[in-house]
Amino acid sequence: MSTNMIGRRAFLRFLFCFALVSLTLTSGSAFSQSGGELRFCLRSEPKTFDPLLVDDDSSLSIRYLTGGVLVRANRKTQDLEPELAESWRVSKDGKQITFKLRRGITFSDGSPFSSEDVAFTMQRLMDPALHSSTGDAFRSGSGAVSTKIIAADQIAIIFPAPLAGLERLFDQVAIMSGRSPKKEAAVLGPFRVAEYKAGSSVLLRRNPNYWKKDSQGHRLPYLDSIRLDIQSNRDVEMLRFKRGELDLINVLDSDYFDRLAASSPGLAHDAGASLDSDFMWFNQVASAPIPEYKRAWFRSANFRRAISQAINREDLSRVVFNGHAQPAVGPVSPANKFWFNSKLKAEPYRPDAALKRLQADGFYVQNGALFDKGGNAVEFSIVTNAGNKPRERMAVMVQEDLGKLGIKVNVVTLDFPSLIERISQKFNYEAAMLGFRNVDLDPNGQMNIWLSSAENHAWNPQQKSPETTWEAEVDRLMRAQASTADPKKRKESFDRVQEIAAEEAPFIYLVNQNALSAVSSAVEGANPGILSPQTFWNAERLTLNASTRASR
Amino acid sequence: MALPKMLRKPLSWKIALLLARKLGAIAALVLLGGLLSATLVRLAPGFDADERELDPGLNAESVRALRQSRAGEHNILSFYAGYLRGAIHGDLGTSHALGQPVQTLLRERWPVTMRVVGVGLLLAWMLASILAFTACLWRRPAYEILGTTVSGAFLCIPAAVLALLSVILNAPGYLAIALIVFPKIYRYSRNLLAKAYTLPHITAARARGLGEVRILAWHVLPVAGPQMIALAGITVSIALGASIPVEALCGLPGIGQLAWQAALSRDLPLLVNLTALVTLVTLLANSGADVMIYMLRPREA
Amino acid sequence: MQHERMNAARKLACVAVVAVCAVSLGANWLAPAGYSKQFREAPSAPPSHQHLLGTDEVGRDRFARVLYGTRISLLLAPAAALVSTVLAALVGGLAGYLGGIWLRLARGFTDLFLSLPWLFLLITVRALLPLNVSPLVSVLITFLILGLLGWAASARVLSTSADAMRNSDFVLQARASGLHGPRLFLVHVLPNLKPVLYAQFWISIPVFILSEANLGILGLGVAEPLPSWGSLLRELEGLISFREEPWRLVPLLLLIVVMTSFQMLLSNEEVTA
Repeated sequence: MSTNMIGRRAFLRFLFCFALVSLTLTSGSAFSQSGGELRFCLRSEPKTFDPLLVDDDSSLSIRYLTGGVLVRANRKTQDLEPELAESWRVSKDGKQITFKLRRGITFSDGSPFSSEDVAFTMQRLMDPALHSSTGDAFRSGSGAVSTKIIAADQIAIIFPAPLAGLERLFDQVAIMSGRSPKKEAAVLGPFRVAEYKAGSSVLLRRNPNYWKKDSQGHRLPYLDSIRLDIQSNRDVEMLRFKRGELDLINVLDSDYFDRLAASSPGLAHDAGASLDSDFMWFNQVASAPIPEYKRAWFRSANFRRAISQAINREDLSRVVFNGHAQPAVGPVSPANKFWFNSKLKAEPYRPDAALKRLQADGFYVQNGALFDKGGNAVEFSIVTNAGNKPRERMAVMVQEDLGKLGIKVNVVTLDFPSLIERISQKFNYEAAMLGFRNVDLDPNGQMNIWLSSAENHAWNPQQKSPETTWEAEVDRLMRAQASTADPKKRKESFDRVQEIAAEEAPFIYLVNQNALSAVSSAVEGANPGILSPQTFWNAERLTLNASTRASR
Repeated sequence: MALPKMLRKPLSWKIALLLARKLGAIAALVLLGGLLSATLVRLAPGFDADERELDPGLNAESVRALRQSRAGEHNILSFYAGYLRGAIHGDLGTSHALGQPVQTLLRERWPVTMRVVGVGLLLAWMLASILAFTACLWRRPAYEILGTTVSGAFLCIPAAVLALLSVILNAPGYLAIALIVFPKIYRYSRNLLAKAYTLPHITAARARGLGEVRILAWHVLPVAGPQMIALAGITVSIALGASIPVEALCGLPGIGQLAWQAALSRDLPLLVNLTALVTLVTLLANSGADVMIYMLRPREA
Repeated sequence: MQHERMNAARKLACVAVVAVCAVSLGANWLAPAGYSKQFREAPSAPPSHQHLLGTDEVGRDRFARVLYGTRISLLLAPAAALVSTVLAALVGGLAGYLGGIWLRLARGFTDLFLSLPWLFLLITVRALLPLNVSPLVSVLITFLILGLLGWAASARVLSTSADAMRNSDFVLQARASGLHGPRLFLVHVLPNLKPVLYAQFWISIPVFILSEANLGILGLGVAEPLPSWGSLLRELEGLISFREEPWRLVPLLLLIVVMTSFQMLLSNEEVTA
């Protein structure tokens, strides 16, 4: 052979190797590791796949992964980001919002996306026969919501009354196709529902027509599929995570967190205080079937403040949650940076001050038991839902704390339907302890709690007119913050609501739990936060490290 | 005097009549069971309550609509009449909690439960028999105490722990059911066998030099047989009951998990159908045991 | 020699049961900390001098809770088991003994009883009780209901036994010699139902202990902070940790020892004949 030919073959080999090496070096590490199936659990059966009817956690997770929305609230920075809408504009009177949509987008089945689909979705959402929290959030006043299609990529939505925080509400509205024969199966999100085995699992596959690309132009999502197993038992979930059968645990109990952190420190994540709060309240309904003298205690703000002062919140955070919780201040968690009234602090543990307050109201201690001025022994029950171990433990600790004052507390755990009947229909309860999972940053989401005429005004719902001056004031402030778009004015009003809540203590806030989660080492790009969905809010950019997965 | 021909019923008629009577009784009991369960569910508090009522995102009209959705079930008799009318046409109603027709749910989930309960029961009987026969054949106190301790241990362990154990050992469902049911089978059968051993002809057989195995097989088991068969009938019911927590805890998509969800959310259509199904299975198992005992009884001359 | 061994085992069982009862009655002196005091600086602590079995998740002394819990469960669970055994004997035994239409009715009734969702009855009972019911009343009612609901399975087996006995030689003989009705049933039939009755009694005790804990979901059972064996056993549910915390198994081991001892005491000569 001539040297020319040897040289050429060698050169070709060299070129081939160079090409191979440069391909692996220059392409983003994500691209070379794209694919794979992410696996985690849903705690309950998803109730619906219709994105407009979604209300429960599992369906919410599926909607987040499959639905395309006009604007997305970034779960880490809490800022609004454009998604299907390139830009938007809210009119001065707060009644109209105009979106400019991206072009050239298609649904997962190929049907084109345009402003007609947005109009279709809004009309369906605003149908009075449709009842869901997504739709109800838009029903500010009486009157119909109308949509005006300005162009194929521009649409205006007009509301009968101004809605504060209007843009953020669209984070919950997944756009459905008006024309596709597949109806809700045609989606705009990064994944689509491929298989549903009732009671067992949901399989989501990559949406081949997903419009989003990463900074290097590669089509998202990186993952091929996501498998969601329906598993309500947390012990089994933890076991499977440790075995490597699951990649994420979205919400982790504090017991498991410490055990996991001890055995595999990198996998357990504590993202700090979440928006969730646990609290208790007393029954103040005038017609409740409880003794008159007990109603008098519960309606006295002094009594409620005394109880609040007698509870050791530091102990609750330390013992029940192993430090992964903080004493709660009020209706808003400090994690909600904008809306939290930073002048307020959690009620400190002062049992002697609590006793003084009670004595000012005529209570006295005799033989270690507390009596009211009528000579009745202070005894009441706290109802809570069964199956929530941290809450049951908190109730037992509150029982002990109040026992030190001479108050006899009975803890009654009930099944959920019985509990709901007692607290919202028959009102045959004395005190109740529940938790609130705050998905919404905006205080508008709490309208139905603070308005005295509303259903969820837990201690005394559906009042015909406010029965106390402070409730009348709270009504006025809540309506004020809802009727203006100026964030400073809204914050002023809502700060005052938080102050009143602290003075009158209709809810005795206990703790804000931390957002705890677990992410296996095979998952790359995870950045657990406090807003739901904590671990997979950036599911389209998550990748799986194939070698770590293979070695399990 | 011989009876005239037309009054003498042939054997096949007798059996047919017996079967028809039994099936009629079963059908009546199943219907009654459905009605009683519907009444129990209706009378329990929380019938109208839905956990979505606590969602502050829903406005007053939505909550009202939620409460109205159950209005059709307030009158139990009219609900049951409507349910029966539909059932005749094959429509068993729609589940509130899962939004699917009950028929589809039952059809999908019944094989899972049958498998789990079937294998679990088989395993339970095997375990119990091994322990019981060992204690019978080698009559030492040590085996007796061993059997008692082992069966007692599993009786005392909560179902949740057994379910977790069965998941850890990669034998989800059926192992947990076997461990829950076998102690009961062991105790009953050991006591029954022990009692059978006290009969005088056993001592005689031993005196004649018959081996323990022959004694057990030919002299003891036939005596205890009828009651063991009756025991087998009720173990089906026990295993079905155990399948409820086991399937819920192991995440198996069977009837038990369905029953658990239905109970938690007061899903009346589902609960009525599930009770009817469980009643049917229980009746068939126990009646089957009765028939077998009847057929196996020694014929008197 | 087997007899002697068995007698020795029975004596040991007797001593064990008496010891457990004595220790639980002496809880006031042996565990002065009490079952409800929360040692909040040491939740879920391992065993030590002050806390022989460590503390539970809110810092209560587990040893004290085991002792006080024994009082409640060891007294009430056997009582409830007795109630269900008597009911089973009445329904199953009588029906089998009377035969005919009574037997058929009883069998149908028992099968129906086995299949109904009694959970809802329990929920209704809870709703009828006042919220501030005393813990003692609550636990009494719970065990009473458990006893009233737990008879069906063994009644079915008993009906078969009694049915078989109806036409057996010794019953016919007793009838021929003039015994009738209740005396015949009590003197001749009932003793022969003992194997099934004893088995039912023995099985019902731990089943009721565990059920009482599960009924806590409905608001029945023992109210906080009173401990019961059932609630102590439910601590085992986070099984994953028991290798690191073996002292959590002590209530289970104690119950197994007590159950084995009960069985030794219940069993008689027939066992090793």
